[in-house]
Amino acid sequence: MNFNELFNESVEEYDSLISGTTPVILVGSATCGKSAGAKEISAAFKAELEEQNVMAEVIDVGCIGLCYLEPIVTVIKEGMPAIFYGDVTSKQAKQLVNDYIIGNNPMIESALGTFGDKKVEGIPNLFDIPVMKPQIRRILRNCGFIDPDNIKHYIARNGYKGLKNTLDIKPGEVIEKIKKSGLRGRGGAGFPTWMKWQFCVDSKEEENYLICNADEGDPGAFMNRSLLESDPHSVLEGIVIAAYAIGAKEGYIYCRAEYPLALERLKHAISEMKNLGFLGENILGSGFNLDIKIKEGAGAFVCGEETALIASIEGKRGMPRTRPPFPTTSGLWGKPTVINNVETMASVSLIMQAGSDAFVEHGTRDSKGTKTFSLVGNVKNTGLIEVPLGTTLKQVINEIGGGIVKDGIFKAVQIGGPSGGCIPESYLDTKIDYDSLTMAGAIMGSGGLVVMDQNSCMVDVARYFLEFIQNESCGKCVPCRLGTKQMLDILTDITIGKGKSGDIELLLELAGGVKDGSLCGLGQTSPNPILTTIKYFKNEYDAHITDKRCPALLCKELINYHVIDEKCKGCMLCFRSCPVGAISGSKKEVHSVNTDKCIKCGTCIELCSGMYNAIERVHKY
Amino acid sequence: MSKSLNEILSTFNGNKSELIPILQDIQSNIGYLPEDAIIKVSKFTRVPESEIYGVATFYTQFRFLPVGKKHIMVCKGTACHVKGAPQIIEGIERHLDIKEGDVTFDLEYSLESVGCLGCCALAPCAMINEEVESNLTLKDVKKIFSRMKK
Ligand SMILES: Cc1cc2nc3c(=O)[nH]c(=O)nc-3n(C[C@H](O)[C@H](O)[C@H](O)COP(=O)(O)O)c2cc1C
Ligand code: SF4
Ligand code: SF4
Ligand code: SF4
Ligand code: FES
Ligand code: FES
Repeated sequence: MNFNELFNESVEEYDSLISGTTPVILVGSATCGKSAGAKEISAAFKAELEEQNVMAEVIDVGCIGLCYLEPIVTVIKEGMPAIFYGDVTSKQAKQLVNDYIIGNNPMIESALGTFGDKKVEGIPNLFDIPVMKPQIRRILRNCGFIDPDNIKHYIARNGYKGLKNTLDIKPGEVIEKIKKSGLRGRGGAGFPTWMKWQFCVDSKEEENYLICNADEGDPGAFMNRSLLESDPHSVLEGIVIAAYAIGAKEGYIYCRAEYPLALERLKHAISEMKNLGFLGENILGSGFNLDIKIKEGAGAFVCGEETALIASIEGKRGMPRTRPPFPTTSGLWGKPTVINNVETMASVSLIMQAGSDAFVEHGTRDSKGTKTFSLVGNVKNTGLIEVPLGTTLKQVINEIGGGIVKDGIFKAVQIGGPSGGCIPESYLDTKIDYDSLTMAGAIMGSGGLVVMDQNSCMVDVARYFLEFIQNESCGKCVPCRLGTKQMLDILTDITIGKGKSGDIELLLELAGGVKDGSLCGLGQTSPNPILTTIKYFKNEYDAHITDKRCPALLCKELINYHVIDEKCKGCMLCFRSCPVGAISGSKKEVHSVNTDKCIKCGTCIELCSGMYNAIERVHKY
Repeated sequence: MSKSLNEILSTFNGNKSELIPILQDIQSNIGYLPEDAIIKVSKFTRVPESEIYGVATFYTQFRFLPVGKKHIMVCKGTACHVKGAPQIIEGIERHLDIKEGDVTFDLEYSLESVGCLGCCALAPCAMINEEVESNLTLKDVKKIFSRMKK
């Protein structure tokens, strides 16, 4: 079968599923969805369908990124638009079968939005609801709409057309198209993708390699995971295109082992590709051969760094080495190697499908296209989002994120992970693009956005990242190994009330040393969380050091737990659940905390805050 | 579970670059890297034992002691940290009376922390064997353990 026949067949199959007479129920079953109970919901649908003896297809799909509303279900019925439902329970699943699939009541109260040309009175268009409106779904276009385990669904939505277009032209022309798109790497540094490819080609070696970096080590980011779970072929297509452009015959995907579902979907997708001739010998009759191997990471953040990643694939300890030579000259097995991030690969397939011109419709002069982010922390609408580069942080946090949870007060947004920084309120008009973020002291990074409210302590956040870095430093260079340890010790002292005057200056000095003296990006950028918190939140450092106070009332050594007499109803809940017996009181009497005994575990406050809010954290000094 | 060591090795060629995948395969079948397995891998790949330990200890994934029947990995990523992961970890430590990295006496539970489970939007989370538990509170910790006892 040639590609066009395959495309037509796929379209027919997908269309008959989506617009056929049999109702279809799509259940969001990426890792988030699963942890929110997608499996039970799937089972509930199937059970009720059988019970009522009605026909409907129940299909596990990836996710549309509205994690806070998981489990999400989409019901498609003939003559109706697709209707999305959020926070679905087993009971609602049963109801949907009876009321909507059998009956004709689309349960408007529980619906999130519709998708498709037709409308349902009382349900907004999915892409018009506030969390979706500012978003442009390009990379995530298929997520939640197709069965990630069915390659034909991907093909039906123009998948592998990019590869087809690629194989029709010369490798140099492919590079030219990517150049025209202005695509910059989505893995962190934002290096122009075409240039990396060109360097590799210019090395003029017979053998070279392509590696897709799916290590996603940034703690608090999950864009790559979600994309691999929801639309693996969009990444794989990009890999084949890139390999063709540089002339690689072997490609690798280095994926972290903490992502079992992503690995499973990738393996399945690769076998589907082989069956249909998108991988292996003579791909689509072009004479081009490629094999893709999956390598599982083994839990080392530093292996996200290119040279460490290569060492790891070679079976060694994942230690970075000096560059140059850059991997594009001497990489895997000493051969020229291109390493690109998952989202970079997905952008490549998009560009080759839709054209460079379509890609540059969005973005800024120097940062083209759209980018996915994981929006997490203390915003209302947490999830995976995609926005044009150049969107402001404020739009993302307030419009898409819906503001701070529990009507709290925004304090900072952390962007770029351990190499990035904390950006305060006054900088929220900063545009999300490579250069504006660097100017603000942070970096684009891979796309983690962690929003913090008044309950987060900025010194603690800096300490947190230093602890992370300290654990993950490979130990090869002294400034990184010892400098980060020393910075961590100082920060720890500050958070436990042992900070001294001069600590901030010492931190700044050490930061300079670590930045300049470290071999790889991990060490070089590790001071960023400290530098930005000192720059924007110096008052918090001062409060800890001088007054021995933690303004966020988070640092344990600087606070006490306290019962507010007027609010306590004497319900005894805290008394019964305190693990160390630090609370005294009797029925209907005001309780109190014995601060000498209290280990500040937070149990009592969690219990009481749902009822009487009678327990608070107070400054110790 | 579970392939024997010989079955595992028979699926590899013995190249040095296969070292990490071999160790991963052993760990996923046996649960950890026993000493005699390392000796066999050394013979098979002709990589000295000391070098194998060098590689294995570099990566946090590898363990040299068995884990509990229920292996709990609590996320310590940024999103989880901001949402109170430290309290959750301490809560579990108190509940099981072990520290992070330990196994209970009856080999029922073991506790570890990880960098990020990729479920950050539903933080704080933990993975128990293959299942992810999300939006954890201290109350949930109690509930989860009483559910698992059943
Ligand atoms: C310590 C460290 C960790 C990194 N982790 C990742 C990662 O998890 N994923 C990723 O794509 N890039 C990561 N990078 C960046 C990569 O080294 C590399 O620049 C990137 O994969 C290149 O792809 P791109 O040009 O498509 O962005 C990391 C870099 C450093 C220094
Ligand atoms: S900077 Fe740190 S992580 Fe990077 S090579 Fe040096 S010691 Fe290793
Ligand atoms: S839980 Fe709250 S209201 Fe109840 S006794 Fe404790 S402090 Fe008082
Ligand atoms: S914080 Fe924990 S130890 Fe302290 S009083 Fe409350 S429940 Fe008891
Ligand atoms: S629901 Fe899919 S990423 Fe969270
Ligand atoms: S930060 Fe905990 S799952 Fe990502």
